[in-house]
Amino acid sequence: MTAYIIRRLLQLPITAFGVTVLVFLMTMTLDPVERSALYVRDIPHTPGALDAIIQRYGLRDPFHVQYWRWLVGRIDPQTGERVGGILRGDFGFSRTGRLPVKELLLTRLPVSLELALWAGTPIILGGIWLGVIAAKHHNKPIDQGARVFSIVGWSFPTFVFALLVLMIFYAKLKWFPPGRLSDWATQVVMSSSFHRYTQMNTIDALLNLRLDIFWDALRHLILPIVTLCYVEWAMLLRLTRSSMLEALHQDYVTTARAKGLAERTVTNRHALPNALIPVVTVAGLTIVGLIGGVVITETIFDLPGMGSAAARAAQSLDLLTVVSFTLFSAVVLMLANLVIDILYAFLDPRVRLS
Amino acid sequence: MTTETLVRRQAPGQRTITRDDVVAWTLPELTGLRKLLGPEWYRLLHGLFTNPLSVAGLAIVTFFVLMAALAPVLAPPLKVAADPYLIPRDGFGPKPQPPGSVWVKDVPEVPFWYPIITGKDHWVHLMGTTSGQFDIWYGVVWGARTALFAGIVVTLTTVIIGLIVGSISAFYGGWLDDVLMRITEIFMAFPFLLAALMMASILVPKFGRSIWPPTIALIVFGWTRYARVVRGDILSAKERDYILAGRVIGVKDSRLIIRHILPNVIYPILVLASFRLGDAVLSFAALSFLGVGTDIGYADWGQIISFARDWILSLDTHWYIIVFPGAALIIFGLGWNLIGDAMRDILDPRLRTVRG
Repeated sequence: MTAYIIRRLLQLPITAFGVTVLVFLMTMTLDPVERSALYVRDIPHTPGALDAIIQRYGLRDPFHVQYWRWLVGRIDPQTGERVGGILRGDFGFSRTGRLPVKELLLTRLPVSLELALWAGTPIILGGIWLGVIAAKHHNKPIDQGARVFSIVGWSFPTFVFALLVLMIFYAKLKWFPPGRLSDWATQVVMSSSFHRYTQMNTIDALLNLRLDIFWDALRHLILPIVTLCYVEWAMLLRLTRSSMLEALHQDYVTTARAKGLAERTVTNRHALPNALIPVVTVAGLTIVGLIGGVVITETIFDLPGMGSAAARAAQSLDLLTVVSFTLFSAVVLMLANLVIDILYAFLDPRVRLS
Repeated sequence: MTTETLVRRQAPGQRTITRDDVVAWTLPELTGLRKLLGPEWYRLLHGLFTNPLSVAGLAIVTFFVLMAALAPVLAPPLKVAADPYLIPRDGFGPKPQPPGSVWVKDVPEVPFWYPIITGKDHWVHLMGTTSGQFDIWYGVVWGARTALFAGIVVTLTTVIIGLIVGSISAFYGGWLDDVLMRITEIFMAFPFLLAALMMASILVPKFGRSIWPPTIALIVFGWTRYARVVRGDILSAKERDYILAGRVIGVKDSRLIIRHILPNVIYPILVLASFRLGDAVLSFAALSFLGVGTDIGYADWGQIISFARDWILSLDTHWYIIVFPGAALIIFGLGWNLIGDAMRDILDPRLRTVRG
């Protein structure tokens, strides 16, 4: 197993290198004039100014030179300081966020994290539960119902579902409010007596012992959580169902039944743990994917998270921000993938003992 | 009555009843077709046309194909319009109008079927208008063409790339396989929608706001799954004896791949492609919705739905902006998913044995 983990650890830098090259290659398909906008906020309209910028930032240099500069930054000839360089965490300035990209990321991350945190539990538990129920009642009405739910869920575009949810529960019934907090709660949160430990409203409210604010913040999160659940359940249900069906047809399950164990013990103690092994990987990646990838849900429910920032940047062609956010999400996803693969090795005896 | 019971019930001295006889008795009208298509394709098509769910899927897909083909009849474009895909506008007013409101400015030609059905001869907004008075009916009808075009282009291209990469990787193995699989992993390391969003926004300065940025973005990040599936299937097909036999008698690599190995991977790819065609159109609409797809006023479902973003507070009165194009998208996706689901059941050998 040590060999497996080491091999897996060695793969990471290769993939990470590939990811950065790919991203940089994509930005390099733009011509130097377009790329100058990545570095300079306003290009002066004087003749020769554009050429000076292209010259100054070396936008016509060979690929590898520019790539290296993009990774580690470059020394500004006027001030002698090192600027830029994604490895130093300096991604440049976000035109749409009106902040350096790094700061924009840090202000947006807690919102996405909070959503992923609250949506994660119902997604995983609900999806697995539905899948197990469907498998237990294979080809019975419950299973058929689950199947229809999953096919319809798969065909339902997130943005249409989210807009319908808004139309019914927000515009029509007025049950749930939009945004992140009610006005009164915003005032409390912004006041000096309220300590912002994590920037996540629900967590901070608990830490400040303000249950009223906690409920208010949670109430604002319910519609996005419902949307995410519906979309992800369709996928997790399908996976758990087929994995569970396969486990239920194994010989050891027949043995367990033959020696007279209760059906409940057979499914829950003998079949389920094995059926869940492949589900763990997907569920883990789904939750991590939520942190950087809930572009549509955040945009529609107006949550100022990473996804909505990326969407807004993409819409106004603020390439620097989109590229940086995508790169960040990809790196987070890769690290999560690594952790999950190693966990998987511990979970699955076939890998553990090989 | 199953085949086995029929076979078992034969009287002594009678000619041996084979499985083919039973098929010939139960499905006499289709035997000619069966010969023509070969057993596997016949089983696939027969399954598709007999399973109620896949028949529903086929009906849905046919419906959209007809809608796309008949677009000029269902929603005749303005005579002066340069591009029929640009939705005709009834003025420029900011407030959406509900379904059935009368068309006032720049009225296109009234289609011949409309007076026959309704008895009126003044054209109305059948599905209402968006803000800016883009007619939703035109958008939905002509949008079927956009959806089919984008879906088919994305799916065909990604399948072909996946087939090429997957088969080269599996057939040659070694360092080439390593390199190609590492490259596949790099593309898979990205969160799909975010990566497509990035790619599309990079392409917009080149192609302008059109169907190409989202289409190319979905191709660039969409081929990896096919490559993986093809590689896996070929790796198992490669071990078969008849491939070795082919090698021994000196069959060329390209012929081995195309004639003897690829037919084994066609069916799983068909299933995947059917699922992915629906998915591709949904992702395409999502990118359009997010503003990196077609230009405002282009007949495209995601593009029309994005108008709803201006009316979040009053979606209950302006429901028609999301409900009609949204329904088109959902039903379109559902159609392909139903077909894919049924095909998977038909082609999965494990399910085949369970059902006898």
